[in-house]
Amino acid sequence: MIKLEPRGERSSTMAYLSPVLAALLTMLTGLILFTLLGVDPVEALITILYVPISDTHGLAELCVKTAPILLCAIGLSVVFKAKIWNIGAEGQLLMGGLFGSYMALQFIEVEAFWVLPLVLIAGVLGGMCWSGIAALLKVRFNTNEILTTIMMNYIALNILLWAVHGPLKDPDGYNFPESALFGDAALLPILIDNTRVHFGMALALFAVVAVWVLMSRSFYGFQIKVMGMDTGAARLSGFKEKRLTYFALLLSGGLAGLAGVGEVAGPIGQLIPQISPGYGYAAIIVAFLGRLHPLGILLASLLMALLYMGGEMAQISLGLPLALTGLFQGMLLFYLLACDVLISFRIRLKPKKITTSPRLSTLASETQG
Amino acid sequence: MQHTLPPRLTLRGISKQYPGCLANDDIHLDIAAAEIHALLGENGAGKSTLMKVIYGLVKPDQGEILWDGLPIEVKDPAHARQLGIGMVFQHFSLFETLTVTENIALALGNEAGELNALAEKIRAVSEKYGMAINPDREIHTLSVGERQRVEIVRCLVQDIQLLILDEPTSVLTPQEVDTLFITLRQLANEGCSILFISHKLNEVKALCHKATVLRAGQVSGECIPADEDTTSMARLMVGDDTPISTTYPKRQGSTPLLKIIDLNRASPDPFGVDLKHINLTVNAGEIVGIAGVAGNGQEELLASLSGELPCQDERTITFAQTPMGTQPPDQRRQWGLAFVPEERLGRGAVPEMSLTENALLTGFLTGMVSKGMVAWQKAETFADNIIAQYKVKTAGRQAQADSLSGGNLQKFIIGREIMQNPRILIAAHPTWGVDIGAATAIHKALIQLRDQGAAILVVSEDIDELFLISDRIGAICDGALSPIKPTPESSIEQLGRMMAGDFSPSNSNERVNS
Repeated sequence: MIKLEPRGERSSTMAYLSPVLAALLTMLTGLILFTLLGVDPVEALITILYVPISDTHGLAELCVKTAPILLCAIGLSVVFKAKIWNIGAEGQLLMGGLFGSYMALQFIEVEAFWVLPLVLIAGVLGGMCWSGIAALLKVRFNTNEILTTIMMNYIALNILLWAVHGPLKDPDGYNFPESALFGDAALLPILIDNTRVHFGMALALFAVVAVWVLMSRSFYGFQIKVMGMDTGAARLSGFKEKRLTYFALLLSGGLAGLAGVGEVAGPIGQLIPQISPGYGYAAIIVAFLGRLHPLGILLASLLMALLYMGGEMAQISLGLPLALTGLFQGMLLFYLLACDVLISFRIRLKPKKITTSPRLSTLASETQG
Repeated sequence: MQHTLPPRLTLRGISKQYPGCLANDDIHLDIAAAEIHALLGENGAGKSTLMKVIYGLVKPDQGEILWDGLPIEVKDPAHARQLGIGMVFQHFSLFETLTVTENIALALGNEAGELNALAEKIRAVSEKYGMAINPDREIHTLSVGERQRVEIVRCLVQDIQLLILDEPTSVLTPQEVDTLFITLRQLANEGCSILFISHKLNEVKALCHKATVLRAGQVSGECIPADEDTTSMARLMVGDDTPISTTYPKRQGSTPLLKIIDLNRASPDPFGVDLKHINLTVNAGEIVGIAGVAGNGQEELLASLSGELPCQDERTITFAQTPMGTQPPDQRRQWGLAFVPEERLGRGAVPEMSLTENALLTGFLTGMVSKGMVAWQKAETFADNIIAQYKVKTAGRQAQADSLSGGNLQKFIIGREIMQNPRILIAAHPTWGVDIGAATAIHKALIQLRDQGAAILVVSEDIDELFLISDRIGAICDGALSPIKPTPESSIEQLGRMMAGDFSPSNSNERVNS
C-alpha cells in the first residue's frame, strides 16, 4: 500500500524550485519521447526551444504569443489567490474578442482616436460579463464555479461560431466564416516597426505591475488573500465575501476579455472562428507554474508561448504532430503537481496488513480469560 | 495479594519523536488491575501521544509495552480492543443521524452481532453502571454528557480490562462529573483498570489511586494524589518557574455598555442550538462570565455578537445605546468591539500568514490602511509591539501563525485585540488548551483591560477560570441564558445546576466558600 506522509517542514526554496524542476523533467521526458519517435532528440529539443527565438523576428513573435497568455494568467492569479477556481479564461477571452469585434465592426469607416479605446472597453466588458455570470451564480446560488466556468467556455465558443457564421459575417467575404477587416482606427498600434509586436504586450506588462501592487500593497488584495486562505477569519474581520468574489472574478474575466480583444484587434485584425489556440487553458498552467506570483507568471507565460511556437516549428521542420504542444503543456502541469506533492509529502510504502499472528491472538484470549 | 500479580499494563522506556518535537521521552508507567491511574500534564506535555501509543494509534520509536507481564506490540486500535483496551476520546466519533445501537454496532464491527440483542446488552450495561441511555435514541437528540455515556458504554459492552479516558470531565457539568466518578469507581471495584487523563487536580485527587505526571514529554513525578495537595501536584506539572495561582479583586460595573434584548434566533446549522429570549447586560468595568457545556448555544450567541450572524432587529443588540444588531463585523469593530474567537487558527489567525499580516487582520481599522493601501510599516510596528508587550515567544513578526504554540498564538491574539483599546471585548474560551503560565498572563491582561473601564464578556467551559476572573457569572443551557449573579454570591454547585438548565430562583440559598 502506498501512503503519503507529510514531511512536517515546508521548504520555501523548494517551492520556488519546483516549477524549474518540472520544466527540466518535462524536457527529459521529451528527449525520451523523441528518441522513441525516431527523431534525433537533441535536434528536436533545439527545434522546439531554441530555433523559434533564434532571431529577432522570432523574439517578436514570442511577445505576440505571450501577451494573451500573460493577460489571462495574471488575472487568474488573483482569483486563484481567493481560492476561486475560474477555469473559464478561455470563454472569457472569446467573449472579449466577440464584443470587441462587434464594436470594431460598427466603426469600420470611422477614423478617430476614440474607436480603439471603445473597442478595448467592449472587449473587457465582454470578458467581465462572462465571468460575472459565474460570480452571480456562485454568490446567489452557491454554484460551483469550476463547473459553471467550464460550461460557459463551450457556450462562448458556440456563440462566437454563430456570430461569425451569421450576423458578423463579412457580406463581401465570399461566404467565408470571417468578419470584415477592422478599420485602422480599431487596430492596436505596432510597438516595434517591422514586427507584429503590438500595444497588447504593453497592456499585459502594465497589468502585471498593477496586479502586483494590488496583491502585495493594497488592502483589497490582502482581503482577497485572507478570504482564500481562511474564510472564517475573513468573515470574523468583516471582509465582504460577496463583494470580493465579484471583484476577483470580474477582474480576471476583464483581463481575459482584454486578451481576446487584443488578439482580434492585434495580430488577427478581424473576427475569425479560431482566435485562440487554448490560451485561456494554458494560462491556468502558467498561473500555477508561476506560483501565482507576477514575476513567476511573466516567466512562465514566456515559456508557454515558446512551447506554442516550438510545437509549430516541430511540425514544419520535423514532421511531428501539433499535438506535441498540448502534450508538453500537460507534462508540465503533471510534473509541477507531482513535484509539489513530493515537496510537502514523502511516499511511504507500507507492507500489507498482516493478519493477527496466532501467538498474539492466543495471548489476547488468555488475558481476557 | 495484588503484589504477586504483574501490573495489567507496563510501559518501559517509551519514546516517540515527531518532526521538531520529542513528544515522549523514556516514559515508564505501571497500571495495576483495578487501579484508577491519573495521567497528569499540561497541554503539550505528551499525554495524548502516550495514550495513542497504548491504544495502537501511534508506534513508539523505542520502548516496550507489557500487558499482564507479557511483552506485546499493539498493532492498531482493533488489536487494542481485542486485548481489552477501550478508549473514550475527547472528541466523540458518533454519527448524528444514527441511533445509539447503530453507532455502537458500527464501532464493534463483526462482533456487534444482532442489533436487538446488542440493544438489550446496551440497556443492561447502562443500567448496571448508572448511566441511563435509551439505545433507540438518535445521537443528535442527546446532550454532550449523554454522548459521552454512549462512548463509555461502547467500551463496556466488550470485555474490558483497561479503560482510557481523555479529559472526560471537560464536557460535563459538576453534577455530571460526580455521576461519572461513581461509575468509574464501580468499574474499578470490578477489576477494570482506568487511565484517567486530565489536568484538573481536584478531580484527580478525588478519584485516582495513583498519578503519573508528565512535563515536556518526560515523567516529572509520580504520587498518590490523596496524600498530596493540589499545589505540589501543580508544581510537578508546570515546573518551578511558573506562578500557579493568583486571585483578583472583584469589581462592580456601572454604566451598561453591551446590551442584548430578547435575542431569539434559529440556528443556521440543522444540528445547532436555537437561542431563546436571551437578555444580557455587560457594564463598563466588569467581566461577565458565561459557563456552559459545549454546544448549548455559545457559538450562536458569539456569532450574533461578533456580527457574523446579524440580527433581524437592530435594537436587539446595543453598544452604549447605539443599535448594532444589524451591523456587520467591521462596523462593530469600528465602534470599539474586539473579539477573541474560540478557534485561534482558522478564525482568530490565518495559519499560513505572518504575524504582521495577522496583526493587520483585525487591526486594519487603526490607521494601517490609507486610501486602500496597506501601510505595512505600521502593521509591522503593531505586530512588534504585541510580541514585546505580551511576551509572545516567536522567531519574529515574519513567523507564520501556525509556527507558534497554542499558548503563544493565543497571547498574540489577545494582545492584538486588547491593544486596539476596545470598549467591549468578547472572548470565547480564552485559555483553552493554553499552559498555566500563558493562562495567567491572559487573565492579567483581561483584568487590566477591565480596570481601564472596558466591558468584557467571557464565554468558557472552564468553571474555575470563570470564578477566578468574572465579576458576575451565569450559564447557558440549550440556548437559554440563566440569570447573571455577582460571582461572590454564587457557588460551583449552583452554577452546575444552571449549566444543566435549572434556572429556578430557589437554586440560590448557599453562599460560596472560596
